[in-house]
Amino acid sequence: MRSTKLFLSAFVVSTMISAGANAATTFVYCSEGSPEGFDSALYTAGTTFDASSRNIYNRLVEFEPGTTNTIPGLAETWSVSDDGLEYTFNLRDGVQFHTTDYFTPTRNLNADDVVFSFKRQLDKEHPWNQYTAGTSWEYFNAMSMPDLLKDIVKIDDSTVKFVLNRPEAPMIANLGMDFASILSKEYADQLEAAGNKEDLNQKPIGTGPFKFQDYQKDAVIRYQAHEPYWRGKAAIENLIFAITPDASVRQQRLAAGECQFNPYPNPADLDAIRADANLKLPEQEGLNVGYLAYNTKVAPFDDPKVRKALNMAINKQAILDAVFQGAGKAAKNPIPPTIWSYNDAIQDDPYDPAAAKQMLADAGVSDLKMKIWAMPVQRPYNPNARRMAELIQADFKEVGVDVEIVSYEWGEYLKRSKDLDRDGAVLLGWTGDNGDPDNFLAVLLGCDAVGGSNRAQWCNEEFDALVQKAKIVSDPAERTKLYEEAQEVFKREAPWATIAHSVVFKAMNNNVEGFKIDPFGGHAFHGVDLKQ
Amino acid sequence: MTDTVAAAPEIDTRKTGRLALLSEFWAYFSENRGAVIGLWFFAFICLIAIFAGLIAPYSATEQFRDALLVPPVWQEGGSWNFVLGTDPVGRDMLSRLIYGSRYSLFVGIIVVSLALVVGITVGLFAGFMGGMIDAIIMRIMDIILSFPSLLLALALVAILGPSLINAMIAIAIVQQPHYVRLTRAAVLTERSKDYVTAARVAGVRPIRLMFHTILPNCLAPLIVQAALSFSTAILDAAALGFLGMGAQPPTPEWGTMLAEAREFILRAWWVVTLPGIAILLTVLAINLMGDGLRDALDPKLRRS
Amino acid sequence: MLFYYFKRFGVLIPTFLGVTVASFAFIRLLPGDPVLLMAGERGLTPERHAELLKQFGFDRPLWEQYLDYFLGIFQGDLGNSLVTKKPVLDEFFTLFPATLELSLCAIIFAMAFGISAGVVAAVKRGTWFDQSLMGTALIGYSMPIFWWGLLLIILFSGTLHWTPVSGRISLIYFFPQVTGFMLIDSLLSGQKGAFSSALSHLILPTIVLGTIPLAVIARQTRSAMLEVLGEDYVRTARAKGLPPRRVVGLHALRNALIPVITTIGLQVGVLLAGAILTETIFSWPGIGKWMVDSIFRRDYPSVQGGLLLIALIVMIVNLIVDLLYGLVNPKIRHTGG
Repeated sequence: MRSTKLFLSAFVVSTMISAGANAATTFVYCSEGSPEGFDSALYTAGTTFDASSRNIYNRLVEFEPGTTNTIPGLAETWSVSDDGLEYTFNLRDGVQFHTTDYFTPTRNLNADDVVFSFKRQLDKEHPWNQYTAGTSWEYFNAMSMPDLLKDIVKIDDSTVKFVLNRPEAPMIANLGMDFASILSKEYADQLEAAGNKEDLNQKPIGTGPFKFQDYQKDAVIRYQAHEPYWRGKAAIENLIFAITPDASVRQQRLAAGECQFNPYPNPADLDAIRADANLKLPEQEGLNVGYLAYNTKVAPFDDPKVRKALNMAINKQAILDAVFQGAGKAAKNPIPPTIWSYNDAIQDDPYDPAAAKQMLADAGVSDLKMKIWAMPVQRPYNPNARRMAELIQADFKEVGVDVEIVSYEWGEYLKRSKDLDRDGAVLLGWTGDNGDPDNFLAVLLGCDAVGGSNRAQWCNEEFDALVQKAKIVSDPAERTKLYEEAQEVFKREAPWATIAHSVVFKAMNNNVEGFKIDPFGGHAFHGVDLKQ
Repeated sequence: MTDTVAAAPEIDTRKTGRLALLSEFWAYFSENRGAVIGLWFFAFICLIAIFAGLIAPYSATEQFRDALLVPPVWQEGGSWNFVLGTDPVGRDMLSRLIYGSRYSLFVGIIVVSLALVVGITVGLFAGFMGGMIDAIIMRIMDIILSFPSLLLALALVAILGPSLINAMIAIAIVQQPHYVRLTRAAVLTERSKDYVTAARVAGVRPIRLMFHTILPNCLAPLIVQAALSFSTAILDAAALGFLGMGAQPPTPEWGTMLAEAREFILRAWWVVTLPGIAILLTVLAINLMGDGLRDALDPKLRRS
Repeated sequence: MLFYYFKRFGVLIPTFLGVTVASFAFIRLLPGDPVLLMAGERGLTPERHAELLKQFGFDRPLWEQYLDYFLGIFQGDLGNSLVTKKPVLDEFFTLFPATLELSLCAIIFAMAFGISAGVVAAVKRGTWFDQSLMGTALIGYSMPIFWWGLLLIILFSGTLHWTPVSGRISLIYFFPQVTGFMLIDSLLSGQKGAFSSALSHLILPTIVLGTIPLAVIARQTRSAMLEVLGEDYVRTARAKGLPPRRVVGLHALRNALIPVITTIGLQVGVLLAGAILTETIFSWPGIGKWMVDSIFRRDYPSVQGGLLLIALIVMIVNLIVDLLYGLVNPKIRHTGG
């Protein structure tokens, strides 16, 4: 018993010490998982990007914090040729790479670094194309870069030219994505000479606001401010990622002051966080949409009137309450409101079961039986597809439509839902990659995507023409107009029932200043400070 | 283990047959106060499970949307409508706990019966056949035992798909080796005894010999093992539910309820504490009974 | 004697082969195509799908994949994780010290309290003290430890603020990992307060993980002690007028510990299973949590390699326990196997 008491006093002392010694500029971020690695081009997970690209690296073009607008990054200016096939970037002068105990740069950023960062992904013969076991450039491939990029050419030390196979207006936004981060060629050369190429993914070197210091697997990542950062040294001196996968533990650590930021609070804890005077809880719509896609190739769902009628039968408010529990917002457009060109003038279909019933009767539909597919997994845009399906089932019963709910294993679900003759409407959703409307409208509803990611199998000439035109025009104002029009066509034709956008909450200590919620879901800590 | 009376009670040796065995058993069993308490409590839970529909104030899944996270009645804000409070979606905790007893007992019964039937059959064959078949069976059991039980069950459920039924199958498989080993060991001891040789000489068929002659004589350790694995099964199923691989919501299985409520540990102690207490008490009752059973059935320990 | 050892090793070989087959088969039986899962909603072209399958080697015949895996084992190559792309063996051994440290602390805790409780209960047999000790042990034995962990966190971290919520050491301490054991590394670092911080982080997980072994050891020690105390030589010693303390300590305990050691050996599997839950609750960066994550992420090589390594550890520990037992207790050698 005596020994127990001794132990206990040891804790008390130790907790007091740790509280007292907390340096002012140390910022602890309770991250939700371990990064897969530190070369962001190899991965697609946001957790990995937070730990790598968003704090260690820069890109030629970056997103203005808190928006989906592009601003200059490592490229100070750029120009696009008239045919839209050549993008020329002028690099910023005097950008320094990190100096760490494993690397000391001898030169500043130049065109070689840019060419290296992209060529390794594009060129299958490049010595760094397969530098670590199972290397695959997932995001680069997913954004169709191999088809799109013809070449990357160094003009001189501070000028790089990207040559495209076809005009593509979203190209600039693509270059702001995490896979387009710029790495140091000098560091890569040094690693190659030393024969430990894998270190490129384990001990990163970039130009970003924080430099990597140490990673203890599944426990903690440490960074230090990069003194000569070109945007100015970060206010945070020591950045620590405390890896805490369990949401309730994260919340307890935040409450106990063991960390200052919880990126993904539990919906259940939101009220408690609001009530805590030491914490704050900003929120924003996520860059996603959850939808119910009809198969527009199968009768009677080939009739827009039927689809519209069903949309009017869905009680979205009940779904928001029961499925999202307040962490969602009803969706009326196929793109989320944080994306530019979101058409706010559009009126959502009213919830009106009586009118819906009448419309179905007018369309000559009676005794309709249908299937609704419910995803087996939890996604940001749909925390509980099964429950959502049950609610829609009840709603449709009101208007005389019998629904059977089906589900498959996730991989199988994704595959089968692409089938052209799929039986039933499918619950699914999408999280944006680059904040460009094209990334939603063309990818999810374009004619090319039928049989693929266009789960409604919907090919509308008017809509497709608008979206295709917007892809090659580079003037943002004109693109905005085209996309706004496309959203009107979408609403009229109703290939989906747009259900909801998730709302993201960030729980943080009151003394955290300057954090802007990133619509892409990232967590970047340049510009964040701790108030004393 | 908690037996306190040192002197063996007098046993009426005049009675013979099953009745005598039973009364002898009860005499030893009731010596152990803990075991009797365990038995009564277990019977109580069984009654609750059977009559859940009559006892429970509400259905286990009925949601009272205007009564979310109501605390238990003795706490401020509690109400007699919901004696043990409500959960995050307004379901009555007491009703859920009452219905939950069904799942825990169901898990225990199914797992134990599965494991018993399969384990005994396999064990009998291994012990009786010997040679190659025996060696192969025992190596398979070694392999199963080489994996930590919960990890193996987790991997199995991942293969079969998360559900209560699959969790039970996985747990039954994980528990196999104990039954097989016990049965085999018992068979090996019994096989060389005179009565078996006599039966064999008399021309009793092997199957009959196995099940009718040998098996009844090695039941005691199996019964003790069954009691033990009944409680282990409940704990493992709850653990799987807790990891999201057992019963799926909204099933009021206690482990799943815990997992669902876990996010509320700071806000509403009752949604986390009560299912845990229910698991603990049930398992404790069964273990108390198991101890009593062992003391009563195992003559060697009886003397100690 | 020698024959017993040979036989014991001989049994190990088919079991080992079986474990390699089992760990391989489990993974192939998991439903779901890891490549499709990796792609998610974004999807990928059939060509790209085929290319990735080929890259991971999933397109080859099963027996070929197995042979590769099997031969790799002997070269210390368990493949690379699909998630981190790092060798599975490296991943395992980076995390293993954390699990080992926790398990050792738990078993030491369980032995220290379990054996003393068992001895005291046996000596004071039948008293209320014995009864309450054994009652407590039975409660510990019946404990759903994931719930126990949560309760302790609520009480000691949430309400009393005596212990930290999770992790291995306070984040203000930073020093190189030499041994991977936080207690040792924190001492080596020479930083003030580091050791006590590491210790305070260990307390709750140790109690949670040690609870069931403690209960088992206490019960086992008590019954072993009772048996030994009833034996002739103990009675003789008592009759000779040796002080009770000496009788219990010297003669009885030493003999009673033999079965207890076996019990402790058998707890290794229990500990590793408990580590899965304990590490999940306390965000402890060990192999238990890593295995659960890998299963959920369909990281084939990690699950396969992890299952194999964990099974090997259990087998080796069991072997050592058997051999030790054989040394201490000669009777077993003749009946053994």
